[in-house]
Amino acid sequence: MSGESDVPRDGLPGPAPEERPHPEGRRNKQGIRIDPAAEAEKQPRRAVISALVDHEPGVLSRVSGLVSRRQFNIESLTVGPTTVEGHARITMAVEEPDPGIDQIKKQLSKLIPVIAVGELDDDAISTEVALLKVGGEEPDKVHAVTEMYDGTTKDAGPETITVQLTGDTATIDDAVNAFRQFGIIEIARTGPTALAHGSKTTVPGERPAYMGEPTTTADAERERNGSIESDEETNANADRNTEVNTR
Amino acid sequence: MSESPTAAERKRAAEAETPEAGGSENTEEDGETRETSTVPETGAAAIVAALEAANVDTAFGVQGGAIMPVYDELYGSSVRHITMAHEQGAAHAADAYGIVAGEPGVCLATSGPGATNLVTGIADASMDSDAMLALTGQVPTEFVGNDAFQEVDTIGITTPITKHNYFAEDSKTVGDVVGEAFALANTGRPGPTLVDLPKDVSFGDADGEPAPPEPPARADPDPAADPSAVETAARAIERAERPVCLFGGGVIKGDASEEARTFARELGVPVVTTMPGIGSFPEGDPLCLEWAGMHGTGYANMAITHTDLLIGVGTRFDDRLTGGVETFAPEAEVVHVDIDPAEVSKNIYADYPLIGDAGTVLEQLRAEIQQPPDAEAWRDQCEQWTEEYPMTYRADEDEPLKPQFVVEAFDEATDDDTVVTAGVGQHQMWAAQFWTFTEPRTWLSSHGLGTMGYGVPGAIGARVALDDAGETDRDVVCFDGDGSFLMTMQELSVAVREHMDVTFVVLNNEYIGMVRQWQDAFFEGRHMASDYNWMPEFDTLAEAFGARGFRIDDYDEVSEVVEEALAYDGPSVVDAHVDPDENVYPMVPSGGANGLFALSEDQL
Ligand SMILES: Cc1ncc(C[n+]2csc(CCOP(=O)(O)OP(=O)(O)O)c2C)c(N)n1
Repeated sequence: MSGESDVPRDGLPGPAPEERPHPEGRRNKQGIRIDPAAEAEKQPRRAVISALVDHEPGVLSRVSGLVSRRQFNIESLTVGPTTVEGHARITMAVEEPDPGIDQIKKQLSKLIPVIAVGELDDDAISTEVALLKVGGEEPDKVHAVTEMYDGTTKDAGPETITVQLTGDTATIDDAVNAFRQFGIIEIARTGPTALAHGSKTTVPGERPAYMGEPTTTADAERERNGSIESDEETNANADRNTEVNTR
Repeated sequence: MSESPTAAERKRAAEAETPEAGGSENTEEDGETRETSTVPETGAAAIVAALEAANVDTAFGVQGGAIMPVYDELYGSSVRHITMAHEQGAAHAADAYGIVAGEPGVCLATSGPGATNLVTGIADASMDSDAMLALTGQVPTEFVGNDAFQEVDTIGITTPITKHNYFAEDSKTVGDVVGEAFALANTGRPGPTLVDLPKDVSFGDADGEPAPPEPPARADPDPAADPSAVETAARAIERAERPVCLFGGGVIKGDASEEARTFARELGVPVVTTMPGIGSFPEGDPLCLEWAGMHGTGYANMAITHTDLLIGVGTRFDDRLTGGVETFAPEAEVVHVDIDPAEVSKNIYADYPLIGDAGTVLEQLRAEIQQPPDAEAWRDQCEQWTEEYPMTYRADEDEPLKPQFVVEAFDEATDDDTVVTAGVGQHQMWAAQFWTFTEPRTWLSSHGLGTMGYGVPGAIGARVALDDAGETDRDVVCFDGDGSFLMTMQELSVAVREHMDVTFVVLNNEYIGMVRQWQDAFFEGRHMASDYNWMPEFDTLAEAFGARGFRIDDYDEVSEVVEEALAYDGPSVVDAHVDPDENVYPMVPSGGANGLFALSEDQL
């Protein structure tokens, strides 16, 4: 192999790049094969993701760290305990193209303290809380707008009025716009928290919590390894592993 | 130095000294029992008992305040400890040990700087999916968060680079946690795990033997892929006209090389590997096109570019493999077999995702495929490419020695089961290109992280793993660059102390050559900070460490030195002064199209 005399002084023999056959095909930036004329990039969409997690120290930093270091575009994140001892639910609103949303779900599922991950459908029950502190010069008008959005006044003084609003994100956006006329001094929003509609489970395999007393982690663990199946689980192989971190 | 016993002697002595009274018996797999210490009474004792229960033979590390209780328990334990010169060395050695042994390598470090020194090695293991357990000391729990002496947020720092990490809270459960971390490292997709051990937890009371090492149930994936998905993928394979198998590191880590070989040969599908997948398929096989990617072979990159069905197994489609994704296998439907669902469609969309263990899924596919694809013309085409784009170089006697020649000389002088490690740079690429790899777990390199300095400690870890397995007659050869060698060569002292039979070959070009190559190609030849003509004489340095040193300047010195260095029973360093201007080709520029690899600088 060595010492061949027809080898150029610098580099290797062989047809140059322009002398080689070139395939016509292309992929987009997301690695999907495309018809270059027809299909462009997938556009971002908003998704609400729910993760049931072990409620242990550091779990939030694991989740938020994962999201940030992988450069996923996260809009909000809410956390709170469930009725199952040792469990918490994290609800995340994200805006990403479909492959990104898929990645978030899969990467989240890989975290050891994450029990299961689900994406909420459009019919999910989603709500957000906002506190708004506005100028107090026109209390009557502020009151009227608050009523219009089914809000409650939490505090009213000569200089400021603070109202509380609940509703889906779009309603809160509208309300915030309506309150702008009074001058918004401060605002705190939680971002949506959400549950699946009706009897559907929010994350696959989730144990119905209304069945009795709050369950222990051990019960839930047994349950998780048991036979509860959700609709999603019957889907394709990839989905099975995407949605459920369990076996 | 000669007065101190070797580690092996110490281990034997320790075993002989183990007190019998009250000693619990540990049943090993082969049915033999061995004595271990008494029921662990402290957290530290439970930690060591957990390592023993996991049949850990050897651990690598460096002592220090916060980890001292654990070290004290290693005294007299059946776990052999190898003190390294630097914790980075300990991590790389554990990583390499794990690859060769097929079970997690173990490393230890103290809190603060000990832990941060492990970080590069942990990150390296993480990127390459190498099973490894790191145990780090931590300041006592009551000081955590107070910026105490030698405190660092090890959990925070290592969260992104471990599969999972544990902060040990309780001396009563810490043994169980260590066992779980060990098992988790090797479950599903392998990776590094870490347990942070506050000193009070190590000192605290334990009660009883730790639980046997078991991974958490939810981390244990199903090995088999969904049968209906297998069926659809099988149909796609049957109708392919230009199929290619792409075997990645997952084939090796998943012990699926046998299944991969049978699969490709029975179906007559040409095989390309990734760089971490080197060894999964024998490079001498007529179906083998070697490895694709930035410095992969022209024929592998042509095949990848023109395939209509790519069967990727255990690969994460790293950008060094794919180049720009737009031009990667642009006409191929993709079958992707991986144990980690998150790898599927991460970089390259998978038309046929198959989530499962590589070996299991390949067997499922094989059982499902009724007829091999009709790919004779395609195989001919691939063969033609191997002729059109030969991997070769000029080796004129009157010119400076070519590094490729040195690699080939060592390859020819050693057996197929030789383990090769490398640093990062041109020398790594030449080792990968010009060594003919035929067996899995024989090519150890820093792929994903690209860590200069991996070679020396990697070779030490590999040597120990081979020796632990009784495979003392297998050779270990490390190819290093002068720059890479300088980064971790202090570990040579360990090789000398432990009398390890390793041959270190420095392909010395007095440059950090890979950088110089890029500067010539993309920065108009301005050699900013890449000229390393201040290198020490590595052969002399080797002698100072107590190793054998050799120097090669010319072709006619090669064969004799190769023979002597390999024959020397102990560590030897070959300082091979090679052509400083030699470059690595072919080359796909970053983000470029694989099919447009350059064969020389003017094609870049
Ligand atoms: C720890 C680390 N620092 C820097 C780099 C960037 N880098 C990549 S290759 C290379 C040159 C390596 O030089 P050398 O080890 O002498 O090998 P050669 O390319 O000359 O064979 C450098 C500096 C790296 N990969 N790792």
